[in-house]
Amino acid sequence: MFANEQAVTVDTLIPECQKRFDEGLRLVGVTAVEIKADSTFDVLYHFDQDLQVSHLRVNVPKEAPVPSISGVYFPALLYENEIKDQFGVNFQNILIDFGCTLYLEPEVVKSPFCTFTFARKEKGKEEA
Amino acid sequence: MRTILPFGPQHPVLPEPIHLKLVVEDETVVEALPNLGYVHRGLEKLTDIRDYNQMVNIVERVCGICSCIHSLNYCEAVEKLMGLEVPQRANFLRVMWGEIHRIHSHLLWLGLFADGFGFESLFMQFWRIRERAMDLMEATAGNRVVISTNIVGGVRKDITPEQKAWILAETDKIENEVRALEKTILDDYTVKKRCCGKGVLTKEQAHQLGAVGPMLRGSGWAQDVRQTGYAAYGQLDFEPVVEYDGDSYARCKVRFREVYAAADLVRQCLAKLPEGELAVKVKGKPEGEVWHRVEQPRGELYYYIKGNGSKNLERVRIRTPTFANIPPLLAVLPGCELADVPVIVLSIDPCISCTER
Repeated sequence: MFANEQAVTVDTLIPECQKRFDEGLRLVGVTAVEIKADSTFDVLYHFDQDLQVSHLRVNVPKEAPVPSISGVYFPALLYENEIKDQFGVNFQNILIDFGCTLYLEPEVVKSPFCTFTFARKEKGKEEA
Repeated sequence: MRTILPFGPQHPVLPEPIHLKLVVEDETVVEALPNLGYVHRGLEKLTDIRDYNQMVNIVERVCGICSCIHSLNYCEAVEKLMGLEVPQRANFLRVMWGEIHRIHSHLLWLGLFADGFGFESLFMQFWRIRERAMDLMEATAGNRVVISTNIVGGVRKDITPEQKAWILAETDKIENEVRALEKTILDDYTVKKRCCGKGVLTKEQAHQLGAVGPMLRGSGWAQDVRQTGYAAYGQLDFEPVVEYDGDSYARCKVRFREVYAAADLVRQCLAKLPEGELAVKVKGKPEGEVWHRVEQPRGELYYYIKGNGSKNLERVRIRTPTFANIPPLLAVLPGCELADVPVIVLSIDPCISCTER
């Protein structure tokens, strides 16, 4: 838990981001952390205003959908695509969705940074 | 007529591979989409098999051009997590090496920028001056690029009084030689023709699109992470370099002036360099999470680190400045002439090995 941190849910994530956007905060980055103990992800959003940093944290079960904030903060689309590639976080409605091919080749079916990985391939193909 | 043109992954102005899919209408770009992943190494994942001390060497290899600043950020983050107070001498030496890195990074870019216009001789001049910075690092740290001076708890190398005098003399020479070349590039008709008003990122766009470093400051934002006073910056006089036009020319001017600012910081460091220990003894294992950022030559760099009390960190997340500057790049390309794309791409000083880690 950081000093300037606020916990949000998937329902309040976009309104909170919109609030920060309207207040003139810059999106610094997005970080995904796998919580192995309870099979969830922490997704952290870092913001800056006049060198003061603040964070939003959303905890989501694996495979649960997370709304993309790229409609509010355009640069989030790269962070979200990266996290989707590496961890398999299920971001929904990314403005430009690379479909897990930002870094990975289409034939890669595992999320390489994740202990518990999800197969992206269609049913009936080889198990991941 | 609309056509899709590939820019990269191999291109004369790109030292590293990145692919941009350019949608062009006649000679005008209407859309640009990036394609990454050509040199992704998954370095963050190495925390699984390397302990927190060994990770210093790993993060230095994220980028050859600013290796020392990566390790500075990582070490400061781990030190914050473990509650370590680094000796003052170590903090000043970290800044000194960091600023020499900034000089060599900007000179490398200025050389590539000159080369981008076909100014071969100017390219060689900038890289000749850069050799002075490389020599400083070789003599003080034992290596030219990946200098491995930072460790968790302090630094592993010191400088002698003779080296101090030599560094001061070389820093003066670097600054004087760069000043002599500045007019050659900034007053040149061709350079102005191809940079002024090209790839304009407005002040509002720079903020909304998350631009960092010279890209942000070239658009009128006086924001530099060094203002937060990490390492020894809080004890040095420092003002961020700002330009207001937001075009490729403004970004070039920012980098020129940052070379002079870095030379000044090196001089201040050496003037105020305190006596004392180089490092503190490190006990225990990192536990908890920390977020820390520093200013790389290309802009703001942040590390998120999570430790679980074992020797291996649970998570290391690195967000590099070029990654943050890709969305602004995608925003400035539409509307520009196809012939201007290489210079605009080069003006963000893209570092792909950083971006892909």
